[in-house]
Amino acid sequence: MFPKGTKRKFSDSGDEPPAGSDDVNQPSSAAVRMLSSYSLQRQSLLDMSLIKLQLCHMLVEPNLCRSVLIANTVRQIQEEMTQDGTWQIMTQALSAANAAAQCSADRLVATEVLCRQTEAAQGEPAPKPFPAVGSEGCSAEEVVVVEEEDEGVEGGVIMSTVSPQAPTAYLPSTFGIDPCWEEETGEEEDEDEDSEECASGSEEGDNDRLVEDSRTAEQVFGTFEIKNPAPSPDPALEELFSDVDASYYDLDTVLTGMQSAPKMGPYDLLESLSSHGPSPLSSSTSCRSDLNELDHIMEIIVGS
Amino acid sequence: MGEDAENSKLNHSFLRDYVTEADVISTVEFNHTGDLLATGDKGGRVVIFQRETESKGEVEEVGETGESGEYNVYSTFQSHEPDFDYLKSLEIEEKINKIRWLPRQNAAHFLLSTNDKTIKLWKVSERDKRPEGYNLKDEEGRMKDMSTVTSLQVPVLKPTDLMVEVRPRRVFSNGHTYHVNSISVNSDGETYLSADDLRINMWHLGITDRSFNIVDIKPANMEELTEVITAAEFHPHHCHLLVYSSSKGTLRLCDMRASALCDHHAKLFEEPEDPGSRSFFSEIVSSVSDVKFSHSGRYLLTRDYLTAKVWDLHMEKGPVETYQVHEYLRSKLCSLYENDCIFDKFECVWNSSDSVIMTGAYNSFFRMFDRETGRGVTLEAWRETSKPRAVLRTRRVYTGGKRRRGDVGVDSLDFTKKILHMAWHPEENIIAIAATNNLYIFQDRVNTETQGQD
Repeated sequence: MFPKGTKRKFSDSGDEPPAGSDDVNQPSSAAVRMLSSYSLQRQSLLDMSLIKLQLCHMLVEPNLCRSVLIANTVRQIQEEMTQDGTWQIMTQALSAANAAAQCSADRLVATEVLCRQTEAAQGEPAPKPFPAVGSEGCSAEEVVVVEEEDEGVEGGVIMSTVSPQAPTAYLPSTFGIDPCWEEETGEEEDEDEDSEECASGSEEGDNDRLVEDSRTAEQVFGTFEIKNPAPSPDPALEELFSDVDASYYDLDTVLTGMQSAPKMGPYDLLESLSSHGPSPLSSSTSCRSDLNELDHIMEIIVGS
Repeated sequence: MGEDAENSKLNHSFLRDYVTEADVISTVEFNHTGDLLATGDKGGRVVIFQRETESKGEVEEVGETGESGEYNVYSTFQSHEPDFDYLKSLEIEEKINKIRWLPRQNAAHFLLSTNDKTIKLWKVSERDKRPEGYNLKDEEGRMKDMSTVTSLQVPVLKPTDLMVEVRPRRVFSNGHTYHVNSISVNSDGETYLSADDLRINMWHLGITDRSFNIVDIKPANMEELTEVITAAEFHPHHCHLLVYSSSKGTLRLCDMRASALCDHHAKLFEEPEDPGSRSFFSEIVSSVSDVKFSHSGRYLLTRDYLTAKVWDLHMEKGPVETYQVHEYLRSKLCSLYENDCIFDKFECVWNSSDSVIMTGAYNSFFRMFDRETGRGVTLEAWRETSKPRAVLRTRRVYTGGKRRRGDVGVDSLDFTKKILHMAWHPEENIIAIAATNNLYIFQDRVNTETQGQD
């Protein structure tokens, strides 16, 4: 019954007796091995959790209890990884890989987010939460698995921690400053979440983080709610969702990661990447003006 | 019985075991006398079984009642249909999540059934007479030719075959944004509660267009959502008390006299976490899947993934009894998380005297715990090993030590055969166990029996 999956069995205590008697003479290497085994297990658990959050069967509303429990698990792992510094190592490694990779239309809109995020975060000692950007069509670069950096686009989702007091992942500023981003005009602005981030990035201090928090978790649980519909302004988005029933298309459904068919969950990165990889990401107007427009709209919505 | 019989039996059982999703039983509930047993399935159907009464003219033996104990189908009806939420563009499943009977007030029976969004009140009534001798209609119901009517007659009621009619009497809709997981009829006989993931509403049985929200744990920003309501129930005797459980393993007792909105609990029942056994799965396995008041109203029974716990309403700091249902799964939590089994919601039930508790497990096993001795027994609800009127033998999962014949290894457990739903007769030791699409009814008597429902 157990699937063919995990070679690494996650033992709850995290303890695995070191093999062999020679470890007695080298206690440190055994400890290291134990730690790395634990890290691998934890990483595998994180991956599994993120995939579970993504693969919501969206024809029927996903089970909220299950989603909350998985999200809490992800948050717990993220907190632990942040505490022991693994998080920073992972994000740095991933950013290095991305910088080396070719700029393409598949680049994350989220890098823009990160730019602004880090700007606002300059004065802050505490790490800033890394938003979970559910992307539809445009891949969001999330830091999850180091192994996935081979792909042109990244998959996975990070759930930002909810409470501002809790330590959260900090994305190094080097990540955000990406020369490719500035040059990209063909980039399609699809995700209003990103514009929210931009908008929030311009705000000061705690407000910033809280707004981001509200956006990210909204994406997680956004499918469970319908907000007040707002007019849809963006022609680029129109094009992306051209096959979607227009009556369901409004800013809020996009914000909450919803669309009519096929429906996608908030953590729809991997799925959206696979199904919308070659989709018209290039045919869009200037990203910048889109962002400004969406900024404005977002401020109105947040204000309400 | 030769080999051929064995083969044909095997083939036949294979065909029978091909389960259509719609037939999977999703809830089981006895009525207040135990004469009726209702089951709901994923296809939105409700099947009501009735206990057959045998009139025994002879002297009653000690311990015997006048009933044979067999349950036969009494009525079947389609309670809920698949629906579509146009605003969210999502399907609404017709699966019956819960059925609760109302206390009997007249000749008819009433029950509440709910799917994810809508609760319905059904009236189940019998008709064994019909009027005959109409003046304007003939026997088949066609209008008579007026010229043939020469005299008037008074219609009379004539006995006829028993007919069971089920009619929807109330539809309580649009009360819930999230999925309804529990309904509970209040002891006042007039109101009931319905609980979804984030809210609990109180309805009056006669009023369908509005409900009263008594618990709301939805945070202002959904980002802060870390806990959901998993089950809720009214106190059996005190109409102002209700309890609800959460995904974090806490129970909250609310007193509706204190305030209209019971966001602040009167009592919070929470077992402090053992820091030594903390793991990434601690929270998930602590999530309470079912909560039931004892018949006395003094205790609470909860089920989380690995244990069943009895709580004393007077003691909030921890359960008074903890029963390990399948502790051998603790080391398998990662695999169970991967295949989603860790999210299975098992129900738990009390017996009539609150001395025994019962809950389900995997591999068609279910467990009973005697509260006085603290001992548990494992039984199996599986067609191949149960013959009608055969005594159930106890099973065991091998977890080390001396292996006995019939022991099942942990790795051979079938995790697709889960016993999630069950009910215990309110007065006698008769239990109903739902195993996927089959219903098993067991009795604690000499003539134990099983029944299958296909």
